[in-house]
Amino acid sequence: MNSSHQTFAEKASRLATEAAVRATPEPLAKRVRGFSDRAIAWLFIAPTIALLLAINIFPLFWAIYLSFTNYRANRPNAEVRNIGLSNYSRILNDPDIWASMQTTAHFVFWTILLQTVIGFGLAYLIDRKFRGHAFWTTLILIPMMLSPAVVGNFWRFLYEPQIGLFAYAVSFLTGIPTSDIQMLGSVQLAPWAIVIVDTWMWTPYVMLICLAGLRSIPDYIYEAAEVDRASPWRQFWSITVPMALPFIMLAVLFRGIENFKMFDMVNLLTGGGPGSTTEVASIALKRDAFEAWATGRSSAFAIVLFVAVFGLANIYVKALNRVKQR
Amino acid sequence: MSDRTLIIPKKRRPFFLRRGPMEALAVLLIALGFLMLFQPFWLVLYTYSFVTLLAGTAMFTVVSKFPE
Repeated sequence: MNSSHQTFAEKASRLATEAAVRATPEPLAKRVRGFSDRAIAWLFIAPTIALLLAINIFPLFWAIYLSFTNYRANRPNAEVRNIGLSNYSRILNDPDIWASMQTTAHFVFWTILLQTVIGFGLAYLIDRKFRGHAFWTTLILIPMMLSPAVVGNFWRFLYEPQIGLFAYAVSFLTGIPTSDIQMLGSVQLAPWAIVIVDTWMWTPYVMLICLAGLRSIPDYIYEAAEVDRASPWRQFWSITVPMALPFIMLAVLFRGIENFKMFDMVNLLTGGGPGSTTEVASIALKRDAFEAWATGRSSAFAIVLFVAVFGLANIYVKALNRVKQR
Repeated sequence: MSDRTLIIPKKRRPFFLRRGPMEALAVLLIALGFLMLFQPFWLVLYTYSFVTLLAGTAMFTVVSKFPE
């Protein structure tokens, strides 16, 4: 049975090869035959490499070059002069940019903490095979599939003090009048409004990665723990958490890098306001680049952020490898 | 005639060419730079954060290529 299947597979493969050879025009076949396997491999990946160089690598080096100049994108004909480290000096001595860094750190810390705790909790619950768990998984994943522009706009309506459902729900639960629940207009509440939206949208993503981690733990480890009379609490801390840790760390890395660049949600919800309470680094960068048109200075700012994220990712990947080796 | 084999001790690489300690140093620099960049207390720490981060990142990129 097995050998007849193999014969059939071999025959099908031979026929497919012959058909491909017949279909290939003779001049092309001759040309391809002239290349080594290595050359053909390079030929196939060359377009991707060219695209990567054009879209990622070239702009990076161009931004590094611009960060040392006085270039302004709204004055393309003005003389471009090399001004050394002046742009970096200004960025690193500006109290407003320093404040925007702290705002970014606040967002990154709270969103990652909430997303990891809630995401892992949801994954743990979904992993218990209960009736309808596939339906609930799909339902929980919906926010992640929406466009950030859509999410930003509809949460702006939800946060409206007069007509918003969020204000009504909070008012119903706490008794505070809806007109006092100014989620986007209050200096104290606006940063938390963005944290809530980002957590609502991206917790399913963390849940999905944690769920993959939990599903990869073999059942026999739990069975062995049961035989040793380990309590569920002990099983959770000694088996579940250590074995799902590389996945949790991966989710934190992905969300951390994304949240350092958080722009769309903040821009749609508050635009950096009220005042500059929600002005994260990417909003400050956009203002510098496209409102003040200080292209050279904003390039220096972008490089500072890039180095910060790159350095953090390096540490994180090292930690991840160490956890995996355990 | 004895069949003892002569074990020549392996020459240790100098400290600054060893991967383990240098990688740890680079990670320390990156972590320090990162904290300096986002701390809300002293502007002077923020000013020198980028140099620290850059030094750590460049060092990590180089020393992570050293043999174990």
